[in-house]
Amino acid sequence: MASTDVAAPAPAPATPGPASTLSAAQAAQQRMEDKAQVRRWILTAPALITVGIFGILPLIIIIIYSFLKAAPYGGVVWSPSVEAYVSFLFQQDIFTDELVFSPDFLQIYLRSFVFAVGTTAICLLLGFPTAYFMATRPPKQRNWWVLLITIPFWSNLLVRTLAIMFIIRDEGLLNNLLIGLGVIQQPITMLYTDFAIVLGLFYSFLPFMVLPLYASLEKLDFRLVEAGYDLYASRPKVLFRIVIPLSRPGIIAGCLLVFIPALGAYVTPLILGGGRHLMIGDLIAQQFGSGRNWPLGAAQALILMSAVLVALFFYVRASTGKVKHG
Amino acid sequence: MTGLPAVEAKNVTKTFGAGPDAVVALDNVSVTIRQNEFFTLLGPSGCGKTTLLRLIAGFELPTGGSILLEGQEVAHLPPYKRMVNTVFQSYALFPHLTVAENIGFGLKMLGRRRAERDAQIESMLKLVKMEAMRNRKVHQLSGGQQQRVALARALAPHPKVLLLDEPLSALDLKLRKEMQIELKRLQHETGITFIFVTHDQEEALTMSDRIAVMSGGKILQIGTANEIYEHPVERFVADFIGETNFIEAEVMQRIGNRGQIRLPSGIDMAHELDPAAAVGGKVTLAIRPERIDLVKPGADCQLAGKVENIVYFGTDTHFHIDLDTGGEVTVRVQNRRGFQEVLKQGDAVGLRIAPEAMQVLKD
Repeated sequence: MASTDVAAPAPAPATPGPASTLSAAQAAQQRMEDKAQVRRWILTAPALITVGIFGILPLIIIIIYSFLKAAPYGGVVWSPSVEAYVSFLFQQDIFTDELVFSPDFLQIYLRSFVFAVGTTAICLLLGFPTAYFMATRPPKQRNWWVLLITIPFWSNLLVRTLAIMFIIRDEGLLNNLLIGLGVIQQPITMLYTDFAIVLGLFYSFLPFMVLPLYASLEKLDFRLVEAGYDLYASRPKVLFRIVIPLSRPGIIAGCLLVFIPALGAYVTPLILGGGRHLMIGDLIAQQFGSGRNWPLGAAQALILMSAVLVALFFYVRASTGKVKHG
Repeated sequence: MTGLPAVEAKNVTKTFGAGPDAVVALDNVSVTIRQNEFFTLLGPSGCGKTTLLRLIAGFELPTGGSILLEGQEVAHLPPYKRMVNTVFQSYALFPHLTVAENIGFGLKMLGRRRAERDAQIESMLKLVKMEAMRNRKVHQLSGGQQQRVALARALAPHPKVLLLDEPLSALDLKLRKEMQIELKRLQHETGITFIFVTHDQEEALTMSDRIAVMSGGKILQIGTANEIYEHPVERFVADFIGETNFIEAEVMQRIGNRGQIRLPSGIDMAHELDPAAAVGGKVTLAIRPERIDLVKPGADCQLAGKVENIVYFGTDTHFHIDLDTGGEVTVRVQNRRGFQEVLKQGDAVGLRIAPEAMQVLKD
């Protein structure tokens, strides 16, 4: 249609017939479309390159490495193998060369999941009241509270984790204080325990819970809370039937932002767990370091990723399902 | 039904803030609202009408005074312990619930059994003609439909009093007129006392059994639409409701509660007088534009002047008259055959006003 419109006003010269003008117009339009196409590619290129180089390429490298053999001093031998995945679940018996089921890695994965779920739960339980408090302050005050929440980010995670170490170690601030007050006689061992790891994770990731919750609660229409009170809902009922359902997007976002990085945490469990209570992050790092088994590390990373994706799938499905049925 | 008033506010005061910045929203307000009444709180924004409503609902606590609900002191009860429901200006419907769940929310919170709840939800859906929408979410409804759901939700628990906070202000004119009739019907069918807050004087006049006109945190006058319109006691009331001409007159003589007043034109007339009006003092008369007759200048006129401007309104015409004695009055004349048809700008006219059309104001 468009091509005939373009051709119509063009005066028909003696030599080229009407058919050739038509094709000339078509060619002109084709050129324009090509140009537009090129421009689209140029404009989307930065995004595509970023996703490609920083997202897809590393993933492909990890996938490839996980199907290769480990070189004895780190690196990989370029011959295909599923050894890495097999050794995730089985160990070769030193004497018989038989493959024996070994749950060591699975246990570390399971522990990491428990720690991550626990951290998420504690963050939610303490983060929700915090975010609610912030969201109900006068608008001018709120930004100051957000600032206070984000201040810990200004210093390095390693430094903050070491600070926790100094607070909770046997001769640390907390134990000295409790002994000084006469609450306890002997220092309580807190460092290098599961407690220390979860405490560290909770401290590191609390802002990731508070900020999305705050964003959700700040948008909450408090006239709905009033309507709830008006319709005979007491305070707890208003909380569970109105405030929490309406801040569900923030709860989902906060839980994901805490759970996923907590599951793969590396520095915190390394320092506060003393290397005795490994989490997945440390395990994977070990394969690339002292373990000198890059394929196994790559396979472990991919297994973690798959587990997170599966968990995410069920979590999102469960939480949106609830919304549907009110 | 009991003989007790539905709501009684006694010397209620509400102050927001403290110290020099304190704002007095309600200043010693007392009002008695009867059972089954359509009672309207009318006033400009900031007059305290919404504050009074929120005090009755329980969203605010009074600084002083008491609020009785069917004779029971409720001033310090939380909203969820008062059998009072509110239709909010913003509707405040729960976006995560369906229409039916919104309507059933109050009953659920009251711990009613499911069967009873469902039956009540059905009858409410029918009452507001929203049966087809029961499974819709709030965002799928139009403004008028949301309004109906908000009404049904507030009526479902069968409260003793329904509070309506400018519920029609967000609707367009046609829908607003429909909802005005709808509200009257609902009030009639449910037999619930309605307390309606509005700044729209026409809405107040057409819907209410009684109206309280508020200004500056005080109730200036309580009465039926007719009383408020025909016999305003204060200048604010006369001015706020409808159009009014104000004319100053001098008190010449008084016998009991009646007396002789002299109009600016020098004409004396007998009239009822406020006890405060002393001989020799001035009083303000409020005269509605439609209560003045335009006639040929002559001895039987109370006032005289010249036509300054004529504005045609379809059903009636407004004449702006410059009085010979100074000042201006507006006269509204229905467009029927009559003297006004021949009037042009600049013509001399006489104004005839019956004594009962002049209301002596308190100020």
